Amino acid sequence: MKKRFSWFTAAFAVLSAVYLYPLAMVAFNSFKKKAYISRQPFALPTAHTFAGLANYEKGIQLTRFPSAAVTSLFITVCSVALIVLCTSMCAWFLCRVRTRAGRGLYRLFVFSMVAPFQMVMFTLSRLANLLGLNTPQGIVLIYLGFGAGLSVFLFTGFVNASPAAVEESALMDGCSPIRLFFAIVLPVLQPAAVSVGILQAMWIWNDYLLPYLVLDVRRFRTIPIAVQYLRGGYGSVDMGAMMALLVLAIIPAAVFYLACQRWIVSGVMAGAVKG
Amino acid sequence: MERSLKRWWPVFVLPTALAFGIGFVIPFAMGLYLSFCDFTTLTDAVFVGLDNYIRAFSDASGEFIHALWYTALFALVSTVVINVLGLGLALLLTRGFAGTQLFRTVFFLPNLIGGIVLGWLWQVLLNGLLARRGVTLVTSEWYGFWGLLAVVSWQQLGYMMIIYISGLTTLPEDVLEAAAMDGAGPRQIFRHIKLPMLMPSVTVCTFLTLTNGFKLFDQNLALTNGMPGSRSQLLALNIYTTFYGRAGWAGAGQAKAVVFCLIVTGIALLQLRLTRSEEARA
Repeated sequence: MKKRFSWFTAAFAVLSAVYLYPLAMVAFNSFKKKAYISRQPFALPTAHTFAGLANYEKGIQLTRFPSAAVTSLFITVCSVALIVLCTSMCAWFLCRVRTRAGRGLYRLFVFSMVAPFQMVMFTLSRLANLLGLNTPQGIVLIYLGFGAGLSVFLFTGFVNASPAAVEESALMDGCSPIRLFFAIVLPVLQPAAVSVGILQAMWIWNDYLLPYLVLDVRRFRTIPIAVQYLRGGYGSVDMGAMMALLVLAIIPAAVFYLACQRWIVSGVMAGAVKG
Repeated sequence: MERSLKRWWPVFVLPTALAFGIGFVIPFAMGLYLSFCDFTTLTDAVFVGLDNYIRAFSDASGEFIHALWYTALFALVSTVVINVLGLGLALLLTRGFAGTQLFRTVFFLPNLIGGIVLGWLWQVLLNGLLARRGVTLVTSEWYGFWGLLAVVSWQQLGYMMIIYISGLTTLPEDVLEAAAMDGAGPRQIFRHIKLPMLMPSVTVCTFLTLTNGFKLFDQNLALTNGMPGSRSQLLALNIYTTFYGRAGWAGAGQAKAVVFCLIVTGIALLQLRLTRSEEARA
């Protein structure tokens, strides 16, 4: 069906441009000398106010942005992979083997989705320190624990909706549970896995407070920590470096979005089946 | 099946359960206990009963009480604004005119950007706008309030729009057609058919926006950092500054966190029950 052009199209084109304006604004401000950013935030750079790449150099040098980007990428990829693997196994098992302990655990998982982070903020960061989990490798484990609630919940909804007959006959035929899970169950769970992966990636990549409190921030920083670091203790913020860092932080997210858009949108839809 | 699987629990459940214990259950239980203690680290806790709770509610300038209602108001207003606009966008963008797919992409984009980045981005934009009136975001707590509302609306609109769109596209065509045949106008169709059938999506979206509103932290930190004074602090930021901004107040901070947790859990339960019964009636 060929879609018709209407006044709606024109109106929404304008609205979209307005909606994206804040992004355009950071982009052109990042090329202005810092004195002109707060004073004339809506003016495009002119020959007089143009700063070249000076803001980017300053921002990168102040925050060690490249190493923060690597840390962020490492934490996000490893955490998401581990979460998808471990929680799908856990959710499937809890659905197929009904015990009182399993039901209790599931209730705790659901509760953990609602509980605010501030409730565990202090104790978790101290505990992580005590156990030596204040590194990018260690925080992956914490993300598995803290992200388990939502993930198990989403996988459970999916497993409950799929029949167990095939699995049962496979077990009867002497298939080991591990093989059964990877060869038969996991492929069926794939849409849920995409949904879990997308939702957790969006959360972990952008998360600020948990890594800030858990990581040894003298050695490791994520992108949000690097951005907030520009604020420093006291004194004013270098707005030029800030604008440059904002652009650098937005680019990977935007690229990821445009590349995986279809999955992201369907992941969000599937993730919202039931709150 | 159950019997042959049962002994495999260490492989399937244990890794997640262990991480969950370290990442949530143990810190939660310790946090609950510490809210009744005087402490500076995990090991020097002394039981003091309800002292922390009394201190939490009677802090110098009534900060906590202020943060409580300021947050409740914010969560309520942002839930209404985001859901009305998100549903509106969804209704418009399912009318099948050219470009709807592209426009959906545009409105969803800000969701990929983190709260800290968003907060700083909007700080420049809003302060630029406010400068024309000779004020800034931190002139009063209300500029911060509306500023924060602009930030989270811009961010979450697209997310809720996507959920509403997925709800709208599963509505049965024949019912809508039958209603139109019987002479129902667009407004009547929306009020009496679309909206009741959309209740599951409404449940999910209001739940998400309400809890997001209550738990908001990053945007608050980056946009106003609670200024002026601590007047634009939402609960999460207020608890954070109580913990880390003031020596000797960790106990009171933990007590506030428990209160916060109770409020959020209570709202989640209440809200799910309310909309569930609304769904059942529809």
